[in-house]
Amino acid sequence: MTRENFDRELEELKQKLFQVTESVRKNLNSSIKYLSERDMKGARMIVEADELVNLKCLEIEEQCLNVIATQQPVATDLRLLFSILTISTEIERIGDYAKGIARISEKIGAEKLIKPLVDIPRMEEIAGRMLYDAIRAFTEDDIKAAREIPTRDMKMDVLYNQIHRELITFVMQNPHNIEQTMMLDWIAHNLERVGDRVVNICERTIFTVTGIPVDLN
Amino acid sequence: MTEEIRMKAEGYSLFYGEFKALNDISIDIPVNRITAFIGPSGCGKSTFLRSFNRMNDLIPGVTTEGTVFLDGNDISKEDVVDLRRKVGMVFQRPNPFPKSIFDNVAYGPRLHGTRNRSDLAVIVEKSLKAAALWDEVKDDLNKSGLAISGGQQQRLCIARAIAVEPEVILMDEPASALDPVATLKIEELMNELKKNYTIAIVTHNMQQAARVSDYTAFLLTDENRAGNLIEFGPTRQIFTTPSDERTEDYISGRFG
Repeated sequence: MTRENFDRELEELKQKLFQVTESVRKNLNSSIKYLSERDMKGARMIVEADELVNLKCLEIEEQCLNVIATQQPVATDLRLLFSILTISTEIERIGDYAKGIARISEKIGAEKLIKPLVDIPRMEEIAGRMLYDAIRAFTEDDIKAAREIPTRDMKMDVLYNQIHRELITFVMQNPHNIEQTMMLDWIAHNLERVGDRVVNICERTIFTVTGIPVDLN
Repeated sequence: MTEEIRMKAEGYSLFYGEFKALNDISIDIPVNRITAFIGPSGCGKSTFLRSFNRMNDLIPGVTTEGTVFLDGNDISKEDVVDLRRKVGMVFQRPNPFPKSIFDNVAYGPRLHGTRNRSDLAVIVEKSLKAAALWDEVKDDLNKSGLAISGGQQQRLCIARAIAVEPEVILMDEPASALDPVATLKIEELMNELKKNYTIAIVTHNMQQAARVSDYTAFLLTDENRAGNLIEFGPTRQIFTTPSDERTEDYISGRFG
């Protein structure tokens, strides 16, 4: 090994990406928890915490550009840096979904939920697990996992469709529910999008290791 | 490779006495393309480059196996003066003759029989233009070739090489003694020259290989210190998805 500084920097970037992903995953989990518990203070915390996520992602981006400018990476190193850049954008967007859920939670306000939440927390649980596994697979070059994780996105799609249909029934039963129903549908849609973005992360992992672009959607 | 081939090595090995310096190398050098030879010091890339115009013949004790072809003809059977007219060479350090700029460029054509001053003037102008040096020296053709800058001297050497209308130009680290701006000028020039010539270049500068070449060959010594061709392919592929781990390690600076 003759490029210890360079290798250390790449490792550090992977770790930073892992850490910001963990923050986003916790925010996503809390956003649903505070929604279920009708915790307005908690929801506000999530909205504010997203600022930190954005800053961390910008920091990663800046460090990537510095490394590219100073180290002239090629081949796997270049793909890795490019993937860190694109994945940090995916993570930043997933952070926005968590913030979006918290904002909706604030909008619903003191109003009682039209039904106890069952499938939405289930979706969040699957999404959070997928996200954790995907970022672990990326940092450990685990392409076997990167191929398996996207298959779970099917479950997310099924759950989303189920929630969507269920919410329509609620509106039909009582049109007064329409506003909250639409908000809950929006939340489920956000979670469904998290799944799609996790699939993108898995595609990047495979590309980084093999050099072959793949479409797993 | 679907390209038309200008030069070709087939099962080529080279020995310094008992010592095998190049081991069984086969490679195609395509027409009007720049082929770069990269690899760590001592891997035999310069020795290999010199095999294409039999420069190694001058070294005592050198023997070879296998064949190098130019346009399908075995170069070992060609007249060496004729071969070196067809396969010119530019070296690491600019080496103009201690003569005027004009005489430097006219040297080769004179050697090959052109005596008429006005014919020579046409060749000198054409060659200096092709080497992107004409505008800088046209009013000073009687100035010594040694009195111009290093970058200009190297372009003068390129003009001298192309004055005899070669088919192939071999370049052995042509920019390693030059500053970054002069280096970029040589690289730009190479891109122009490849329209009319086939170029093979040895370079230590991997970014240079990535920037200028169409094909890249990676050489590496084996456990007996003999140079082997590890990987050869389109430059874009070598620098993005090399198929051999040793190539990846070398181009990404993990050794060498």
